[in-house]
Amino acid sequence: MEMRTTFHKKLREIQDDILAVGSMVGKAILRSIEALKNRDLELARQIIADDQKINGKRFEIEEKCIELIATQQPMASDLRIIIAILNITTEIERIGDYAVGIARIVIMIGDEPPLKPLIDIPRMAEQTVDMLHHSLDALIKRDAEAAKKIATEDDLIDHLYDQVFRELLTFMAEDPKTITRATRLMWTAHNLERAADRVTNICERVVFIVTGKMEEIGASKY
Amino acid sequence: MESNTTCLEVKQLELWYGNFQALRDISMAVPHNRITAIIGPSGCGKSSLLRCFNRMNDLIPGARVKGEVLFDGRNIYAADVDPTEVRYRIGMVFQKPNPFPKSVFENVAFGPRVNGITDNLAEVVEHALHRAALWDEVKDRLHKSAMELSGGQQQRLCIARALALEPEVILMDEPCSALDPVATLKIEDLMRNLAEEYTIIIVTHNMQQAARVSDMAAFMMMEEDRAGVLVEHGPTSQLFTNPKDKRTEDYITGRFG
Repeated sequence: MEMRTTFHKKLREIQDDILAVGSMVGKAILRSIEALKNRDLELARQIIADDQKINGKRFEIEEKCIELIATQQPMASDLRIIIAILNITTEIERIGDYAVGIARIVIMIGDEPPLKPLIDIPRMAEQTVDMLHHSLDALIKRDAEAAKKIATEDDLIDHLYDQVFRELLTFMAEDPKTITRATRLMWTAHNLERAADRVTNICERVVFIVTGKMEEIGASKY
Repeated sequence: MESNTTCLEVKQLELWYGNFQALRDISMAVPHNRITAIIGPSGCGKSSLLRCFNRMNDLIPGARVKGEVLFDGRNIYAADVDPTEVRYRIGMVFQKPNPFPKSVFENVAFGPRVNGITDNLAEVVEHALHRAALWDEVKDRLHKSAMELSGGQQQRLCIARALALEPEVILMDEPCSALDPVATLKIEDLMRNLAEEYTIIIVTHNMQQAARVSDMAAFMMMEEDRAGVLVEHGPTSQLFTNPKDKRTEDYITGRFG
């Protein structure tokens, strides 16, 4: 007989909520890059508006965690899971804010002609969203090894960020008229780099759930 | 305050009641001026172990002990040790408040009287009642029957009765299981205060209580033959957040027991 069915049922619900909000945030990041590529201001505004739903979902998860602590008094790994989920929810919500950051840049850019075709920035976005989904997989599976591996993939993001920086620097050096547009793309890349760092924080929490140890893994160079 | 020094040390302790082995190979150190909680499922030998700390099991016919319980380095089971002397220095409070059917005053004065202390008895009683956080509630009814007190007050009276003998250690066997939540919290506050002067060992079924009140926690369970063993013993903060043993984890997260 499974013990503490109420606790485990509610914990499963919270985990489903985490996956749902993770998926919303992943989509927001990818859509923000779509908006950037297509100069789609309508989509950018939609991303900003949708962020309210993400924030709401985050508070909902927090409330459920608090209620579970108050009513079920979880201990040991059960306690670590709840505490880790509280942290992870915050990290996910912040990633959503980076999508909003990019959407705001899109609105700033307006209908200016593109500086160059976008290659590395979309790759950064795809990689970040992949990492996010895998980190949440590792959370559900309580897989510390997978979490550590995902965190090391942040190096790839840092590498792409370097590449974007060098390329944009070349544009700016050759033609100062590109400085404004290039800087905006730098900001975009910076938002993505930060988002990926948040994913490594999620991975650290997964390791904490499994091992009980708080450790920094794959410290980003930025 | 002595803090990280060992007060009681159990070494390879075994206990039998007739042919039934109740405890197997228990070794643990209990630090001075700390509250140590013993937790575990029913029948795992928690209370049996607690009673080994002041030779209460001697009173049970057929009980036999092997191994040592060192109290400040001296084995309390050594041939030349008087068990009564041990019980003065290591007092005990039981699950159900069990005041004598006498006045409040006489309950607390009982131990000192038996020990021939008759001078300044009123002072001894007042001091014990103060330390048990009961004085203010009973100072105007010292000569009324203790049976008129509430359950929580009766339990604090039993604590005062134990304190009147100036023990060094207080053993508590489920001291709050017959009390309501408010009386329970009062006893817990009292325990925290008492830990400044005494070493406390508490057996409790209530894991939340163990987590709230103790500094060190020990988890026991039964083996196949129903003998109790010590599974894990460590700082409470660690045992309840990241236990080392899978069996402890399963018990405290409510997966069995």
